Amino acid sequence: MSDVVTAPPLTLPDRLSSIDEPVKSIRTPAAVRYTYSPGQAPSEFLYKVAQKQLTGRKCPQCTKVYIPPRETCPTCGVTTLPDIIDLPDVGTVTSFCVVNVQFYGQAMEVPYVGALILIDGSDIPLMHLLQEVDVETVHMGMRVEAVWVDEGDMGPTLESIKYFRPNGEPDADWNSYKDNV
Amino acid sequence: MAEVEVLRAPLVVEYPFTRTTGPVIGAFFTALREGFIVGIRGSDGRVIVPPFEYDPQTSEPLTEIVEVADEGEIVSWAWSGEPLEGQPLDHPFGWALIKLDGADTGFLHVVDGPKEQLRTGVRVKARWAAEREGSINDIEAFEVIA
Repeated sequence: MSDVVTAPPLTLPDRLSSIDEPVKSIRTPAAVRYTYSPGQAPSEFLYKVAQKQLTGRKCPQCTKVYIPPRETCPTCGVTTLPDIIDLPDVGTVTSFCVVNVQFYGQAMEVPYVGALILIDGSDIPLMHLLQEVDVETVHMGMRVEAVWVDEGDMGPTLESIKYFRPNGEPDADWNSYKDNV
Repeated sequence: MAEVEVLRAPLVVEYPFTRTTGPVIGAFFTALREGFIVGIRGSDGRVIVPPFEYDPQTSEPLTEIVEVADEGEIVSWAWSGEPLEGQPLDHPFGWALIKLDGADTGFLHVVDGPKEQLRTGVRVKARWAAEREGSINDIEAFEVIA
């Protein structure tokens, strides 16, 4: 093993060498403050979420249903998606991640599961949290349902859904989600 | 399709970093906490403020910490008419590179006072904060001295 390199000792003016507790760290917070606006279609979506209704928008050209919706189709570029489709709050886990690493400022207890959930009737998975489940049992194809927050806490945010949990249905058929993994 | 009122919300991307200083930068901040300023002597004898850990020409580690004065002259400056959050002062001020007496390099800080006073060569002195913690803001600002 090579020698460990250490910094050579400093020569300090008397005013510093007599100090018992030198400064060893400094706080250097960095922040960028934005005002974010999601635009029309996502705002409409969020107002509906506040009423416990998930919605998607359907592209007239490629017929894909997007959730959360945008004004334009990301697949074929059509600039207006007029059809708003009501969707259930039930779907299939297409992919997931078990988080085991605690990081500074994290609110969740580890381990926890982040999952991509394909809501029935939609063509793009939604990312959310899975709870009320043994993390070892989570798998692709698992059927899950939303658990909403209390009435008083509902708002125009996906946090109106506390998390998703298994709903006990048998696993979804691979064909129903193979295009979304 | 009826339009809804578009939502908006604050979005803050922030990192609450705490950085360890090591002995050289630590000496600089310790001095600030105690109410004075130090630099470090480079290989060519010039005093660098704030101190570098390594010589800019030879790349060798530097070790001689040197006290400098808390006053000096403005080398260069720029007026900041609309201060941003997080900057040292919340009213218009001048950024300045200040060559402190005993130092050979410019030290970046702010000068608090009217724009008309700012001029290269003008002498300024540090206004120290009443409570200091080992931060660049232990110096509240520099002020022009007659």
